[in-house]
Parts: sequence; C-alpha cells; structure tokens
Amino acid sequence: MSYRAPVSDMQFVMKELAGLDEVAALPGCEDVSADLADAILEEAAKFAGSVLAPLNWTGDQQGARWHEGEVTTAEGWKSAYQQFAESGWTALACNPEHGGQGLPRILSAPVGEMWKSANLAFSLCPMLTMGAIEALELCGSDELKAIYLDKMVSGEWTGTMNLTEPNAGSDLASVRTKAEPHADGSYRITGQKIFITYGEHDLTPNIIHLVLARLPDAPEGVKGISLFVVPKFLPNADGTPGTRNDVRCVSIEHKLGIHASPTCVLAFGDQGGATGYLVGEANRGLEYMFIMMNAARFAVGQEGIAIAERAYQKALSYARERIQGAEAGVKSSNPGGGKVAIIRHPDVRRMLMVMKSQIEAMRAVALVVAGAGDIAQRHPDEKTRQSKQAFFDLMIPVVKGWSTETGIEVASLGVQVHGGMGYIEETGAAQYLRDARITTIYEGTTGIQANDLIGRKLAREQGVTLMAVIGEMQAVLAQPQQQSQAQQNNNLQAIHAQLQPAVAALAKAGEYIARNYATDLKNVLVGAVPFLRLFGMVAGGWQLARAALVSANRLASGEAEAGLGAKFYEAKIVTARFYAEHILTAAPGLAATVQMGGAALMLTDDQFE
Amino acid sequence: MKILVPVKRVIDYNVKVRVKADGSNVETANVKMSMNPFDEIAVEEAIRLREAGKASEVVVVSCGVTACQETLRSAMAMGADRALLVEMDASQAEGLQPLAVAKLLKVVVDQEQPQLVICGKQAIDGDANQVGQMLAALLGWPQATFASKVVLSEGSAQVTREVDGGLETVEVKLPAVMTTDLRLNEPRFATLPNIMKAKKKPLDTLTPAGLGVDVAPRLRVLNIAEPPVRKAGIKVADVADLVSRLKNEAKVI
Repeated sequence: MSYRAPVSDMQFVMKELAGLDEVAALPGCEDVSADLADAILEEAAKFAGSVLAPLNWTGDQQGARWHEGEVTTAEGWKSAYQQFAESGWTALACNPEHGGQGLPRILSAPVGEMWKSANLAFSLCPMLTMGAIEALELCGSDELKAIYLDKMVSGEWTGTMNLTEPNAGSDLASVRTKAEPHADGSYRITGQKIFITYGEHDLTPNIIHLVLARLPDAPEGVKGISLFVVPKFLPNADGTPGTRNDVRCVSIEHKLGIHASPTCVLAFGDQGGATGYLVGEANRGLEYMFIMMNAARFAVGQEGIAIAERAYQKALSYARERIQGAEAGVKSSNPGGGKVAIIRHPDVRRMLMVMKSQIEAMRAVALVVAGAGDIAQRHPDEKTRQSKQAFFDLMIPVVKGWSTETGIEVASLGVQVHGGMGYIEETGAAQYLRDARITTIYEGTTGIQANDLIGRKLAREQGVTLMAVIGEMQAVLAQPQQQSQAQQNNNLQAIHAQLQPAVAALAKAGEYIARNYATDLKNVLVGAVPFLRLFGMVAGGWQLARAALVSANRLASGEAEAGLGAKFYEAKIVTARFYAEHILTAAPGLAATVQMGGAALMLTDDQFE
Repeated sequence: MKILVPVKRVIDYNVKVRVKADGSNVETANVKMSMNPFDEIAVEEAIRLREAGKASEVVVVSCGVTACQETLRSAMAMGADRALLVEMDASQAEGLQPLAVAKLLKVVVDQEQPQLVICGKQAIDGDANQVGQMLAALLGWPQATFASKVVLSEGSAQVTREVDGGLETVEVKLPAVMTTDLRLNEPRFATLPNIMKAKKKPLDTLTPAGLGVDVAPRLRVLNIAEPPVRKAGIKVADVADLVSRLKNEAKVI
C-alpha cells in the first residue's frame, strides 16, 4: 500500500507548463526557485510516503469513533498530525504575518496533491483548516485575527467550515441557524449543522468553527446570512483554551469512504446558545464563502487527481507482479509455461494508459491553473492580473468537476486491473474507489460545477475567456512540429490529428452555450455536465500536447540527459499520443450531446417509472 | 565544540541500481540521488548534540560534483549550520576512492579544528566502510566505529558499539572520529522553515588542488557486474539424498 510521490512529473509540469520561473519573478515570491521547489517536493514526498501513507488503510478500517460527544481518531492519527504541524506543513501557503511561509499556489498545489494521495481522510483536516484561515484572513477583524490566526497557521488549533444543514445543502439560502446579539458584542448561536468535516476530534486542544447563521432582523435568502467564529473552547486572555463553548458533536456519519475523517453533526446552543463572533459585516456571510470557494473547489479537484494517482500506482504494481496467461501472439516452446505478468496483456496496458494519461493531463491542467492563480494574485500589472483571474475563475469548476469525475473512473479501473482481487477489501484497491466517490459531491456537486461553468463563468461574459483559451489551444496546434527524430514526428502528428477536431468541437459547443443560454436555458442546462467533461478533456489534451512538444524539443536538442532523461520525455510523448487517440476522440461526440441534449426534458415527471 | 560531519551523495536507497552496459560502473544518469542513510544518522546525532548544548556548531562536508550541494542543503535543512563542498569534475568524482576522501577530510579537519568527526559507518553505494577509519589514522585520533549510543562528557566520549557478539562500550579521548550504525538514532524530517533557511546558510566551495590533495585513484576497477541470478531450488527425495548432496555437490559437510 505504499505511495511514491510523482515528483518528476510534478517538476516537469511546474517548470515546463505552469510557469514556475514566471511565478518566481512575482513580488512576494523572492524565495521561490527551482531548487527550493525541488527541496520542498522531496521532503514532502518523504513525509507523505513514510508517515501519512502507511496510516491510510488502518484509518479506513478503524475509522473515527464517537462516544458521548467525543471523537477518537484512528490509530496513529494524533502523532502523525503533530509531526505534520511541527514540520511546518500547515503553514506553507499562509500569510507570513501569522507565521506562514507565504509560498505560492504553484508550490502548495503539488505538495497538497501528495497529502491527498497519501491519505485523503487525513488531508481533509488541514484543508478545511486552510479554508477557515482564509475566511478569517480576508474578512475577520484584527482582533479575531490576533486571537486565532497564529494558532491555526501553526496547526496548534484546527478549523472547520459549518455551512450545511439538513434543509440547506446545495441551496445555502435556506440556512436556519440563528445568531442573537448579546450585550457584550458577541452572539448566541443556536441550530444544527451537518456534514462538518473534522467538526470534533482529539488531534488538537481547540477547534475553531466558522458558522453560517442568520441574525434576527436578517432579510430572507442569500442576502441574510452572516459568518461567525465559534471556538470549541473560548480562548482565555493569554490565548489558552478556556471555557467549553455550547457546541457539541451529537453523532458522526457512517460513510462509503474516507472513514477516518469524522463527518460530524454539530448541535449549537443546546444549553442556551454557543458564543460566536461576527466575521466581517452582517449579512455578507455567503459572499465571503464564495471568495474562498475557488480555493476549496480547486483543492477537491486535486483530490480526484490524487486518488487516481494512488489507485494507478497500486494497479501498476499488481500488473507487474500478477502472472496470468500467455502473451497474445507469442508461441511458447514450453508447454504449460510461457505465462506472463498481466502488464503484457494489451487490454491491461490500455487500462493502465487510460489511468496514467488522464492523471498526467489532470495534473498539468491543475498546476497550470494554480500558476495562473498566482499571477492573478500577485502580478504588478492590473491587466495581466485580470486576464489570469478570468482564466482561473473559468477553470476552477473544470478542475473540480472533471478531475473528480475522472478520478472515480480511474479508481474504478484500478479495481478492474486487479480482477477479482480488486473486489476484495483487503487488497486495498476498493478503498480508493470508495474514498473517491465523495469528491464529485462535496464542495458543490458536478452538476453545480457545470452550472457555474456555463452560467456564471461562460454565458455571463458571452464566452470571451473561453474563446481566449481556445485561441491558446489553436496556437499550440499551429506550433511547428518538425523534429529531427522521425518517430517523434509521427507521434506529434498523431496528437495534432486528434487535438484539432477536439478543439473545434469545444469551440462549437461553447458558442452554442453562449448563444442559447439566455433564450433556451433548460435545454442548455441539460448539456452542462457533458460540456464540463468536454472542456476538461480538451484542456487535458491541450496541456499534454504542450508537454509533448517540450519533450520532443528536449530530445531533439540533445538536452534530455540534463533534464529528466530521455526515457521520461519519450514516455511523455507516447502518453500524450495515447490520450489523443483514446480519450480526445470522444470530444466531438460530447459536443454533439451538448447541442442536442434536450431529450432529457421530454418525459413528463410521471413517465419516469 | 565544533562537530564535522562528512556526507555523501549516493543513489537513493529506494532505487533499483543498474549496472552500465560496459561494466565500468553503475548507472547514475537521471537516477534519484540522496544522502547516504548512515550519514543522515551522523547529521542527526551531531544536531542532537548541539541541541543538548554539548556542541556549538555542526559543519557538514561533501566531496564530489556540484550536485552534492543538494545533499549539503538537505543536511542544513535538517539543522546543520554550514557546509563545505570539496568540488571536482565528474571524472575525478567517479574515481574518488576512500583513501583520497580521507586525505581531503584530513586537510579539512586541520583547517576547521573540530573536536569530533561523525561519519556514517559506510556508504550504501560502495559499502567500503573505510573512510572513518582511514581518517582517524591520518589524524592520529582515536576512533569509535559502529556507534549505537554516544555519551559526551568533558574531553571524552563513551561510545556503545555494535559488534558481532553484542554491544561493546569504549571511551575515547577527544578529538576523535566516530562512525554511526543504524540504531544510533532515527533521523528527523526537515521542517519547512528549515528547508527555506537552508537556502541561506553558508556553503563554501574548496577544491582538491586547493587542499593540496592528489585524488587520483590508487585502485583500478576491473569490472562491475550484477550479482548472479539465484537459480531455482530442487526437491530432494529423502534425508539420505539431502546429506549426500550436501556432502558431494555442495561440499559443505
């Protein structure tokens, strides 16, 4: 069940595709360099592989346990968390003013992928804490920041996000938790929140809940929701945890996967009201949540990539070991012998390539988006910031929706490669499939992502940013591909042949949506998820084509050995070709579906039987 | 008190080592390299001694190509204070043998004047297990090899050694050379702040010529080959058959 972080691929994508040098030149990134990136990736890989990964299976089997309001995490969790915090990993991307290292997304993203691959259930705790840190940082008063931020950045305390209620899932406008003002300026919070990740645990002496609730005079709907900090223990004047607050974990959920991550039902105010403090201005809570939504959705998108990577590593190692059957087309002189490892069978290889090529495509897209996010945030020129921000915003639902849907597909193939053994829990392949299943649901389902993509992101601006992205894809198609090596020419041409119609299909589907969104909303919405899938698929093909071009140049110029080695670059090109010929070929079909999907609406409700 | 820790850049212990086609050496191009694990234990021990107030400075030194800087940075990310690289070109580094390393370290010790040198007992590539001993001899210092426990006191060190029969405890006067065994400690993970700080710690470069040491190889490598593949076993018919084969074929009884 071991995990080895794909450091070389991450380095390749960061340096060659995602613009590490460009990010390193940004203000505030003075410490960033290829050397530092290498050192951080190596050390994170070591930590992920030797501390977090070995706990993944035991965590799944034991799960988190609830007893009378207390949650006990699985064996080894507490000491791993302590090591994680002491090593400074919680602070990687945080503001230096509060003890963070202030490193850019292009570095925090690959490191984050490692935590998620090594142990998805564990990684949720620091991820949610990060969300709470960002909320406080962006919207909290100086007083709240002073009390909470240093301790959350250092990992001494963790944070949670309390949004969902039994009647307020995807529709947060229905939040009913109440906040009553108190004479001392604080608020009394009462209500029930569900699905609170790490809402209660034994890892740290305090837990800081960020809670959406309504003030008594708040308007109905989304414009009447405010954000509050509700600590499990109210901090004393010296910062130590003091009085126990009136928030209790009344149960934890029994789930399909991520068993070691406690998913809590939290009751606020059963004994009169939990003390909370308003974050930012009243009635702007949901708006604040949306500011952080991009980061959270990106992180969950990476979970899809991470779990796919872990499933792939396991399937690959099994395919190399499992001896079964003779090689197709090879006659053995040895009767009854000539058995080979299943990796020699064409269909098993195909499955491994479907896994590998999509993982590399998704990782490339995610890190390119992360790099764009850094430029959007830090570049001195406003126009550059704006155009990168538009790209970043457009791509977030794609990274989230496409990477998680594909992550499940890859984890499922991981089971398939194992044959019957994959269906047996002890083999471990099934855990990845179970764990992956939540990723298309939380932080906004794939349907929500797709609606966000075509409505808020695409139709609202008439597809301007999408067309700019398509322009960049066409620029890659227009790049000269003549290489000195005939074999690589052949591969590059094959990639070109499939990418061209795929990009055209994306453009056509995009135009259709921009044109019809206002007039034919329901029919367009039926095609939202197919369009999101199409977009992700073509974006992946675009990045792999870039990767193939870079690799071919490295090989042709004889620089391969100074980089990652000829084997790496050759494999990259073949992987891109496989993706073009086995994955991208579906793009025109998806584009057709987007444009004529309306039949889903034609049955009356009672005809569904 | 200053502690000097020599560290070597070797093929990572997770990597399956392959022999070059011409049998001249093992393949190192585009192979993941890291710090020799025994040297990591040595760095850890030195840092622990400094943290316990028994030492004031930990200096790490490596002999080899420019890329050894990464190894030195890793040691500084663990907590070493500064680093020295005795830099040489790839062909010199490839032919670098234990005696030459010991001679280079001897000059470095003369310049740095540490009270204690902690080496890994051997490097996992060549497995020579010679540098620490040779260095002690060149310096005329006492040596305590294969340490599994170290207790420093004023002017001396008590070292528990792992020997064939069990454990042996010796006391050496300082300055001394010590080499680490596997069970001495468990090296820490570098923390993120220390990885960032390591970039700014001083790393000075020396050369064999500058140190006045001729690093030309004294031993000639004739051939490097993979170990023979283990052959399948056989079943014997009975005990008599086994004894007869052990006697006549294996000739072990």
